[in-house]
Amino acid sequence: MKPSRRRMLFGGAALVAGAAAGSIVLAQSKERVIKVVARKFVFLPGTLELKKGEPVTLEFTSPEVVMGFNAPDFKIRTDIIPGTVSRLRFTPDKAGTFPFLCDIFCGDGHEGMSGQLVVT
Amino acid sequence: MKIDRRDFLKLSALGGGAVFASSLPGCAAMGAGGGDDFYFVQLSDTHWGFNGPMVNPDARGTLPKAIEAVNALAQQPDFIVFTGDLTHTTDDPAERRKRMGEFRDVVKGLKNRNIRFMAGEHDAALDNGAAWKEFFGETHYTFEHKGVHFIALDNVSDPAARLGEAQLAWLAADLAKQPKDARIVVLTHRPLFDLAPAWDWATRDGAQAVDLLMPFANVTVFYGHIHQEHHHMTGHIAHHSAKSLIFPLPAPGSQPKRDPIKWDAANPYRGLGFREVEAEVREKKYAITELPVTKA
Repeated sequence: MKPSRRRMLFGGAALVAGAAAGSIVLAQSKERVIKVVARKFVFLPGTLELKKGEPVTLEFTSPEVVMGFNAPDFKIRTDIIPGTVSRLRFTPDKAGTFPFLCDIFCGDGHEGMSGQLVVT
Repeated sequence: MKIDRRDFLKLSALGGGAVFASSLPGCAAMGAGGGDDFYFVQLSDTHWGFNGPMVNPDARGTLPKAIEAVNALAQQPDFIVFTGDLTHTTDDPAERRKRMGEFRDVVKGLKNRNIRFMAGEHDAALDNGAAWKEFFGETHYTFEHKGVHFIALDNVSDPAARLGEAQLAWLAADLAKQPKDARIVVLTHRPLFDLAPAWDWATRDGAQAVDLLMPFANVTVFYGHIHQEHHHMTGHIAHHSAKSLIFPLPAPGSQPKRDPIKWDAANPYRGLGFREVEAEVREKKYAITELPVTKA
């Protein structure tokens, strides 16, 4: 049986869609993901090494209380809520060492809860 | 020869280094009209319950010494304001209340009982101000004094350092009742502007409050939080932070971390203190005088 034109078109479209999905998966697999745990009163790891111009996704979890991640030099922040994963995707546009901090008051020790982004 | 209180301050050897508004960049001028000259005292960041001998081995003695110094002023202020962080934070709700009760008992030693209390994030952020309200009442309010409209804002009960939409609406409604030349003093704990966001020295929606205040010609903000004297302008609005009564902190952004400055045994209580703020109607300005915990 010859395939109908309609079925061919459908199949072709599916192939294109598959190829496109494959390329997305490929791109996503190349992108760096860094997992960060925010717990009283440290970020683990406390130093995040990034590449200028390279997109990165930061994945935050907090096992204890609500925390915040704020890197003012890149104007990025997120709440970190226990039981959920908070993701921040961004592309560092400048090199250097930049501080980040917890910006949600989380107890005695909150003032020392900070880290640094090292962008090369 | 008769000398007024300001002349007296200039002549007296208080050792605190008087800084008058006329020498501060852009200090807000007083509006037309209004009442008599008066002055108030600002104390801040007493952190009752703090324990850290390396930065203050006299943590339980510093506030009582400051109270003695206020009581010893030649002329008592019209009122006294504590701009937040009355107590040091604790996760334990019972301990938090114990510290607040002790603080309240200690400040009963002030001769002047006209006291306005404000919360800091150490007092209020872990329970949204619940314990603080039990002891000291509302966390944001207004009051009038001799022609000056005082507005106490709460940018600490929200652990994310926001005033919040409800309080901003309340502020807008209050300001709508004020003439544009009203003399307005705003009291806060955190800075309303982005002083050092990397050190959490900011209010996330503070710019909205400043925008609401901007149409008013005579606005001055007094705040705490940063444990040091600091002066800043947003447009014509002056912002003056006060010293702490527990430990000083480094200048904004001067080092990677905002670690407390260690106690200097050769110069005890250095960097700590309180201030007088004199509202001078005749000269249309506020005069700020920084005073030490103990006389040199």
